[in-house]
Formats: sequence, structure tokens, C-alpha cells
Amino acid sequence: MKDAVRMNLAVEFCGVTLKNPITVASGTFGFGHEYGQFFNPSALGGISVKGLTPYERLGNPPPRIAETPAGMLNCVGLQNPGIDRFITEQIPYLRQFDTAIIANVSGNTVEEYCGMVEKISDADVDLIEMNISCPNVRCGGMAFGTQPHMVDEVVSAAKKYAKKPLIVKLSPNVADIAEIARAAVGAGADALSLINTLLGMRIDVETRRPVLSNGMGGLSGPAVLPVAVRMVYQVRQAVQVPILGMGGISTGRDAVEMLLAGANAVAIGAALFRDPLCPVKVLAELKHYLAEHHIEDVNTLSGGVVL
Amino acid sequence: MTEEIARPVTIDEITCPVQADCEVSAVKRLSERLYELVMTAPELAVRARPGQFVHVLCGGETFLRRPISICDVSGGSLRLVFQVKGAGTAWLSERAPGDMLDVLGTLGNGFRLSGLGARPVFVGGGIGVPPLLLAMKAARAQGAAPAAILGFRSRSAVILESDFTALGNTEVTTDDGSYGIHGFVTGLLERREYTSVCACGPKGMLRAVAALAERAGVPCQVSLEERMGCGIGACLGCACALRDTDGGLRYGHVCKDGPVFDAKEVVWE
Ligand SMILES: Cc1cc2nc3c(=O)[nH]c(=O)nc-3n(C[C@H](O)[C@H](O)[C@H](O)COP(=O)(O)OP(=O)(O)OC[C@H]3O[C@@H](n4cnc5c(N)ncnc54)[C@H](O)[C@@H]3O)c2cc1C
Ligand SMILES: Cc1cc2nc3c(=O)[nH]c(=O)nc-3n(C[C@H](O)[C@H](O)[C@H](O)COP(=O)(O)O)c2cc1C
Ligand code: FES
Repeated sequence: MKDAVRMNLAVEFCGVTLKNPITVASGTFGFGHEYGQFFNPSALGGISVKGLTPYERLGNPPPRIAETPAGMLNCVGLQNPGIDRFITEQIPYLRQFDTAIIANVSGNTVEEYCGMVEKISDADVDLIEMNISCPNVRCGGMAFGTQPHMVDEVVSAAKKYAKKPLIVKLSPNVADIAEIARAAVGAGADALSLINTLLGMRIDVETRRPVLSNGMGGLSGPAVLPVAVRMVYQVRQAVQVPILGMGGISTGRDAVEMLLAGANAVAIGAALFRDPLCPVKVLAELKHYLAEHHIEDVNTLSGGVVL
Repeated sequence: MTEEIARPVTIDEITCPVQADCEVSAVKRLSERLYELVMTAPELAVRARPGQFVHVLCGGETFLRRPISICDVSGGSLRLVFQVKGAGTAWLSERAPGDMLDVLGTLGNGFRLSGLGARPVFVGGGIGVPPLLLAMKAARAQGAAPAAILGFRSRSAVILESDFTALGNTEVTTDDGSYGIHGFVTGLLERREYTSVCACGPKGMLRAVAALAERAGVPCQVSLEERMGCGIGACLGCACALRDTDGGLRYGHVCKDGPVFDAKEVVWE
């Protein structure tokens, strides 16, 4: 490939060097074993692992997946082996690869988040990604990430236990994403990632029942790209911290779009299910775009949208 | 693409699934909504084990791939038999020789062939019948005398009868009596002697078959279905309820732990 003479793909992401801005999104890449059969994970800038909880979680009953126009709904329900088994069983595997490990953590109470962040801080991971789309059991199950005061409470509490850079992953199911972003950064978030899935629902018209066991589920895939680009753009206008942009990316040009909106790095999720080599192709297409446009440093794209 | 990026981590050439571009060599309509598709897929053919499936990228309005069982392998070709249900399978049925398909495979854990005994019986219902063909072939190849009991809704839904007959004693039932024996596969199974059961079909049928096998005290393997995302075990989308060795409930995954399970493990609800 005729790379530009000197092309910088590396991104400094709150103190951690990502070798390139292409990462994979939590919940779509497991702990790396499966897609590791198709390509070497060392090709990636980082891997966000399946969302972890204090104890093993069974997840929701089937069906957990429904197709939608240009996307999918899921209600996996955070099935995971629990943080302890992640640390002992999965980190050694992931560490074989030359890529940043992003530990995605969830909780149902402020204390759970604090405990998770404390524990994962002492483990061999590079970044912590706090998923605040989870229901707050003390608040009638309303998601932490939907109210600025709850975001402030949970992030400022968890931040005290963080010995690694703390990325707060925002829920798109809010009226004003900029307000939520400001609350997270005000409470100490070192970076933000967005978007998590959009709440959706499908109904089987023959049985008149919801398709998913849980009734509702999270929408992702190409359908959400414009929503994600818009939200990343709004968040970039509101805060200065690094942004990991995701939602609907499946091509190099989608990734460039997300960077131009204001992301510093991007993540690929559901597109993996169509094409297991998607992240590798997105990276190649990104390089091609940079070469074609005589851009030497990928970082210069970030926030480069011209209005 | 640098070499480092292109090289997969797992080096085991045969168990590691691949993404293959496969050329369609034939598409045949078997009946109103049932089709057979043969594709040239040498990389998949060497990997294929009975009971495994492939994850096919379909065009049209589809986003996710569609899982289809491997019905048969011959030379470097794979044969799939499928029923048109919606957009994905409709698109697949419209393929013509020379068209290319993007296929992931081969995926999942198929039928365990050790422990089938001298007289395994293969029990299929409807569109669950296809994967049993390759399994019955393998059983015969290892010296067993397999039999098949295949159930269909009606005469027009009967598929693959002559293929099964070539491998061993094959009995066909129809729900409405329009062909073969009037009744359900379980009615026949009850009156047969066998050393093991391999079954694929609707869940209700599998449950009834598993109960008969248990009563007969023979091992029973069942192939399950669930909606899939990745098809390889990464998204945890294709959950199925299983009983742990200690009796507790857990969710396994059809694509990676299955699609074939020991019937004793399955929680039938
Ligand atoms: C391991 C496995 C092996 C299979 N083998 C065969 C086979 O050999 N022949 C055959 O005809 N069918 C087989 N199926 C079922 C087949 O995958 C579905 O009929 C097909 O996905 C329907 O897609 P569609 O676009 O035509 O229908 P749609 O109704 O448009 O599908 C919509 C969504 O529902 C999912 N879906 C619908 N029905 C099923 C189902 N029964 N199982 C899983 N997902 C479903 C689709 O994947 C898709 O995401 C198998 C399923 C599994 C899990
Ligand atoms: C099957 C599936 C499981 C997911 N699990 C998690 C999770 O455990 N934690 C989390 O923070 N996000 C999870 N997500 C959200 C993704 O990480 C990502 O934010 C979202 O899917 C948008 O990106 P995409 O459109 O590229 O998929 C999941 C998404 C999918 C499709
Ligand atoms: S389909 Fe993704 S885990 Fe089975």
C-alpha cells in the first residue's frame, strides 16, 4: 500500500497511546477470542470488553436479538462472568496483544460502580469505561445516565476510586446530551464515549407480542450513525476531554465522519456481525482517506467539521 | 493491509472458521417454499462437521447474517436446504449459478459421533431435517446401521427422502396423512429400537423425542435454533437456557456451545 511517507495514526487518549483510532465497542467483541480467529487484535487501537458487573450475570432470556432496518436491537442484559473472573481469566489472554484494554464496567448502585472502579484500577487494564446506561435500583430503575444530578453523583463517587483514566460512556436516551456530558466532565470524567444503544422496540404483528424477551432493547448499527454523529458533535461543542465516538460505524468514511464531528478515536460495534474483518477494513480505508487527502496526522481530523 | 493484521491468531487451520467467498453452482426449488442451494466452498467443505452451520450474508434489506445448517458436503461443495421465511431466505432463493455468497463457517459444535452405537436413529421435523443428512452419512461411514424418522406437515413439505433412504432405513410421517405414515415422528420412535438419537426440528418435537430417549435410556442429542447476531460467540445474542451439572440455570449460546446439545442439558421450559 502506498502509505503517505510519514502518516501518524497514533492517538493520545487521556494519557494512553492508542496505536490507531480504531477500537471495538463493548459487548460486540466479547473478550477477543472469537474475532481473534479472523484477525489479529493487535491491529486495533483498543478493545472495550463485554460490560462487567460485580458478580456473574446470567443475562436475559431469549430472544435477545431482533433485526431492524439497517441495524439491530439487543437485550443481552449484561451477561458476563463477573469482574473477578475477568481479571483472572481474561486479562492474561488480552495482554498477549499489542492493544489497549478498555474495561467496561456497570453497576446498579453508586456503591457498585465505586467497587468496580476500585477493583479494576488495580488490574492490568489501560482505561476504564463506565457504562452509565444502567438502571439505578435506588431510583426506580431510571438509568444513571439520564439525569445530570445522577451522573454527577455516580461519576464523582467513582472517580475517587479511579487509578486509571476514567471514560464515562453516555446514554443517547436523553433530551440534552451536552448537559449530561458537562455533568460527567464536571464530576471528573477524563474522557467520554458515546453513543450507547438507543432504546427501541419491535412487535411481531402475527403474535402481537414484542420480539424481544425484555420487550424493549438497544438499537445499534448503521441506522444510528447520524444520531451518533450529531451527539458527538454536540458533546464536542460542550466539553474539552477526549471523545471515543461510536454508533453505526461500518466504513472508513463513517469513521472519518465521526472524527470530524469531534471524536478523537472511534469504536466499531454491530458492524462486526456483518463483517468480522470490519475494523481492519475501516483502518485500511481510513489510511487510504488520509493518503488521498495528504493528511499526515489523523489527529488533525478531530473536530474538523467545517460549518 | 500488513501481514500482521491479516494473520489470524488461532493457527489451527481446520477448526478455525473462515470468511469465504463462495460461488453458487446450483439453486433448485424443491417445493413451494423450500430450496436447495449448492455452492463451491472448498475452504468450508474441509472444515464441515455434521450439525455445524454457516452464517450467510444476504442482500436486500437484511443487516444480520442468516444461519443455515450444512446439509451435505461433496467434493469442495456445500449443500444447503432452506425454507423461505422472510427477506433473507427469499433473497437466498433468488440466487443463480455464478453468483457469489459471503459465508462465515463452519460454525458451532455439531453432533458428537462417538457414542452413537450400532443403531443410531436420526429424527427430523420439517426444516430441521437437512442437518441430519450429513450426520447420518457420518454414522454410516463409521460402521453404524443408522435409521431415520422424518416428519413433515404434509406431502408438499417432504424433502430429502431419497437421500436418507440411500443411507439406511427411512420412515416418513406427515401430520395430515397426505404422504407416508399418518402421525408424528414420536409415534414411530416409541416403537423402534435404537442405541442413540440425534434430532433436529421444532422445539416441541425435540422435547418429546428427548423424553422418549430418556425413557429408553439412550443418549440423545438435539440441535437448537435461536436468533443470531455474530454467529461465533461474541455478542451473546443467541442464548438458550441450560441446566448446569449442579442443577442451576445458565444461558449457553447456540452458535458456540451448540447448535447441538446433549438433551439432558436443555431446559425445555
Ligand atoms: C443453527 C441454525 C441452523 C439453521 N438451519 C436452517 C436450515 O438448514 N434451513 C432453514 O431453512 N432454516 C434454518 N435455520 C433458520 C433460519 O436461520 C431462519 O429461518 C432465517 O434466519 C430466517 O431469515 P429470514 O430473513 O428469511 O426471515 P425473517 O423473518 O425476515 O428474519 C428476521 C430475523 O429473525 C431471525 N430468525 C427468524 N427465524 C429464525 C429462526 N427460526 N432461527 C433463527 N433466527 C431466526 C433472522 O435471522 C432475522 O434476524 C437455522 C437456524 C439456526 C439458528
Ligand atoms: C450485542 C450488543 C451488546 C452490547 N453490550 C454492551 C455492554 O455490555 N456495555 C456497553 O457499554 N455497551 C454495550 N453495547 C453498546 C455498544 O458498545 C455500542 O455503544 C453501540 O452498539 C453503538 O455502536 P454500533 O452501532 O457500532 O454497534 C452493546 C451493543 C450490542 C450490539
Ligand atoms: S450469535 Fe453472537 S453469541 Fe451467538
